[in-house]
Amino acid sequence: MTASSFGIFTGLVKRDIRLAWSQGGTGTMALSFFLIAVTLFPFGVGPEPKILARIAPGVIWVVALLACLISLDRLYQADFEDGSLDDLALSPLGLSGVALAKICAHWVSTVLPLVVASPLLGLLMNLPAEAYGTMVFSLLLGTPALSLIGSMGAALTVSVRRGGVLLSLLVLPLYVPTLIFAVGAVDASANMVDPAQPLALLGAASLLALVVGPFASAQALRLALE
Amino acid sequence: MTQASSFTADVCPLKAEKLACFRGGRLVFEDVSFTLDPGQLLYLRGSNGSGKSTLLRLIAGFLRVQKGVLMYGDDGWWRGDAALSEAVIYAGHDNALKPVLTLRDNATELARLMTGRLVPDETLEAAADIFDMAHLLDQPVRYFSSGQRHRSNLMRFAYLKRPLWLMDEPTVGLDAENREALAGLMKDHLAAGGMIIAATHDPIGVEGQMLDMRDFQPDYDLEEGWL
Repeated sequence: MTASSFGIFTGLVKRDIRLAWSQGGTGTMALSFFLIAVTLFPFGVGPEPKILARIAPGVIWVVALLACLISLDRLYQADFEDGSLDDLALSPLGLSGVALAKICAHWVSTVLPLVVASPLLGLLMNLPAEAYGTMVFSLLLGTPALSLIGSMGAALTVSVRRGGVLLSLLVLPLYVPTLIFAVGAVDASANMVDPAQPLALLGAASLLALVVGPFASAQALRLALE
Repeated sequence: MTQASSFTADVCPLKAEKLACFRGGRLVFEDVSFTLDPGQLLYLRGSNGSGKSTLLRLIAGFLRVQKGVLMYGDDGWWRGDAALSEAVIYAGHDNALKPVLTLRDNATELARLMTGRLVPDETLEAAADIFDMAHLLDQPVRYFSSGQRHRSNLMRFAYLKRPLWLMDEPTVGLDAENREALAGLMKDHLAAGGMIIAATHDPIGVEGQMLDMRDFQPDYDLEEGWL
């Protein structure tokens, strides 16, 4: 990577983080959704500590996944609507690089705050003390796959008005492996079992998404430009 | 035929041979051929829907060249080739401005996206001065009128240094004064060896070749068979 592409890449990441946290951005929205939606579970299920502890890993992961999903439909759509996508396509970085930069920015601006807030929600859900470390680590390791896979769906639905539902239908089935490995790891820790194996598979899922995600997103964005 | 110049990419002649474009199952134009040498301007004329914007987007690399040849110097103009896309600045109907950012930030972000570097303040202020926007540099774009947005969009031609300008209806919504400023900017660019392709309905006041897109409309009466 030459100096200029590195400058473009970091510049684009900074731009998108800034836009995500400015007025009308998705950063605050996803975080608020995450906090509120998890808080609903103790009300719905009832305040029995044992039941809450049993479902805590799954609830936190599923809601984190949904929070990520509601922020995804704006990933490329805002740029598509105001014409910035044309400029992005003319950048010397190339569309795959642009997609990777936007995915990085999405992860840092929208998903990382969820990871930071997750221990608080673990407390609320009576998550066993042994599982906190694994939960945060599994979120750090697994959520990049959510952004990467989601980016492909967002790029495919960029020109669809109200594409959010279609995006969910496309992306949610692809999230299943990540969810299974992640919750498996947290459950293992909660039950005093070594979580290394599910964590390794979770990392593999993220790496696979890293290989496919930017390239597939770029190809889908090319279709949207036509 | 590469010229040494102040541009970030080399200036080479752009040559189109028998370009055709299909969109939505319809043949938009066919047999479009032209040669554009450094320092030349090409006007695209024609009624609405005659394919002016489509041709510009084709040259910008947003659309695939399905038929015909598009050459930039000795290189084929492939869609999405990052090295060749470095030669183009495109300004379309959408203004590509982020409403929450100020004009200065919008311009800075665009320059960084295209070059990886920040644009010096003096360059930016000089560019804003051309279209009488200097006093608006630190205003968020959401407060701009549509004419101001359009001028903000045209400002990119003043602070980005790329050889081939693709302008889609650059004069829409411009008053006489700004139209003159635009003409001056275009003349400077041509004098520096740059190239311009502009789709427009009104004369801008800069000498250039003319390409009437109506000449390339497919003749459906004769070729109904293939549809």
